[in-house]
Amino acid sequence: MSTVAPSQTSSTPTELRTARPAYKVTAARVLRSEWAKLWSLRSTWITLGLALVFLVAFGLIAAFHFKSRITSGGPMDRDLADASTLSLSLFGTNFAQLALGVLGVLVAAGEYSTGMIRSTLAAVPRRLPVLWSKAAVYGLIALVLATVGVFVAFSADSGILSGTKAALTLSDTGVVRGLLGAGLYLGLVGVIGVALGALLRSVAGGIAVLVASLMLIPGLTSLLPTSWQSHITPYLPSHAGEAMFILHHDATTLSPTAGLLVFLGWTVLALAGAAVRLLRTDA
Amino acid sequence: MIEAHQLTKRYGEKTAVDGLDFTVRPGAVTGFLGPNGAGKSTTMRMIVGLDAPTSGSVRVNGRRYAEHAAPLQEVGALLEAKSIHPGRSAFNHLMAQAHTHGIPRRRVEEVIELTGLQSVARKRAGAFSLGMGQRLGIAAALLGDPATVMLDEPVNGLDPEGVLWIRNLLTSLAAEGRTVFVSSHLMSEVSLVADHLIIVGRGKLLADTTVQELVQQAGGDVVKVASADPARLRSLLAGPGVEITGRTGSEELLVAGRTAREIGLTAAEHGIAVFELTPRTVSLEEAFMDLTRDAVEYHGTTTTTETTRNAA
Repeated sequence: MSTVAPSQTSSTPTELRTARPAYKVTAARVLRSEWAKLWSLRSTWITLGLALVFLVAFGLIAAFHFKSRITSGGPMDRDLADASTLSLSLFGTNFAQLALGVLGVLVAAGEYSTGMIRSTLAAVPRRLPVLWSKAAVYGLIALVLATVGVFVAFSADSGILSGTKAALTLSDTGVVRGLLGAGLYLGLVGVIGVALGALLRSVAGGIAVLVASLMLIPGLTSLLPTSWQSHITPYLPSHAGEAMFILHHDATTLSPTAGLLVFLGWTVLALAGAAVRLLRTDA
Repeated sequence: MIEAHQLTKRYGEKTAVDGLDFTVRPGAVTGFLGPNGAGKSTTMRMIVGLDAPTSGSVRVNGRRYAEHAAPLQEVGALLEAKSIHPGRSAFNHLMAQAHTHGIPRRRVEEVIELTGLQSVARKRAGAFSLGMGQRLGIAAALLGDPATVMLDEPVNGLDPEGVLWIRNLLTSLAAEGRTVFVSSHLMSEVSLVADHLIIVGRGKLLADTTVQELVQQAGGDVVKVASADPARLRSLLAGPGVEITGRTGSEELLVAGRTAREIGLTAAEHGIAVFELTPRTVSLEEAFMDLTRDAVEYHGTTTTTETTRNAA
């Protein structure tokens, strides 16, 4: 049988220590590890692919639908009446945010459901670098993928819709801001997914809270008294996020910058909760 | 080197680990024994910082585990068999662990070879058999070339060849000067490799001893002798370090501290007829069960303890 470390010839504990290479955990190495972990799972490739397909395909479908209504001269749906190339090309963000958010939950909560977390925290017992690295690595990947997706959808849609009343090009005011805003929004949704997964340590729980906060709660606010609605609704994650990429802002929406700040606030809140749980609770 | 000081872990009302004090030294295999539910796994999880002690502390090579710059180089631990993502290949799992410490790919390939996983290293770890999973866990434990190796029930799910492989591995790791700490609920398994024993029951330390000491404590090796004149034989055999027991009216004596050969010679010298001369070795399993009988959490209706004793 081969020995564990062939370089060692000594049998005394003191010499054992000096003969060994000097390994060290660093922030960059934890990032590298999380990067490697993410890409070595098939679910990552599938879900990211799905998110990209949602963004591009739904953007195209929305544009074709709009175009056919114009050419056929039929009655326009009410929500399509003031559509622009930007809003039509971002039609897929609703679906992409589900895919990206769910993958974020899986990145963190999946480690708990499989037992992988024990290996992860044994390697990095200070724990917090793991959370920051997961959020950074996955957030960045979601951001890049979403930004590519919305720009592709927009350039395809602007070809389809040129000459119609919805036509917009990248040089029009607010278009680039809106597309970058959508990419940033989806990247942050990914980060929130990671934070919820780490906070709740359950894939099902994380997805439930994610879907509730992004899709269900906005619908429920219509039950509130009207005077409250105007004070609460704009600050909800979904509405604040939307303010980052819609073209026209009015009294009921935040400005893009305010939207970004509020949405960042939600992200930080979720991450802080996850950090506290990670440090305080046994793995 | 692992040093536990008044280590305690409570889950609500239940105390899983109760004021444990022990030291695990380098250069030897230390067995960590106790019935199921004795707190062995919880103790091991506290050693690598997965669980925080309710009170007390445990240090590894002089510091808390989390305070080390390269934790995997201090302690390599095999905890529950499945500390992996089933969708990741064995190689990618080990590589991800290696990345955190800057451990080179060469070392990953080395531990794969050492644990005999070459042929399955690229397959999804979720499809591994129990034995393969155990080997992957051991590969991960050895990855950082650690000064202390800690394995929780390492032979679980291994075939006889695998069990033998683990025994040799543990012995060679200790011979290299490493601290080797191995838990088990099977005395028979541990006694084959362990020099030192830490025995726990219901979270409490029952014994911190060696294999020989444990045997002696349990009555040691005794010789049963039946003779024509037990009273005279008794006085002839008496001496320092010799312990003799026997009931009045019975021709049988139990002698500890003399070999059967010595007893036979003494009897012959003095013309005492001997009818029976039987060396009896106390099994470690018996000694262990004596020690932990009160600490066993779940008794069957016919306890195994009794069965073994009657058979013995």
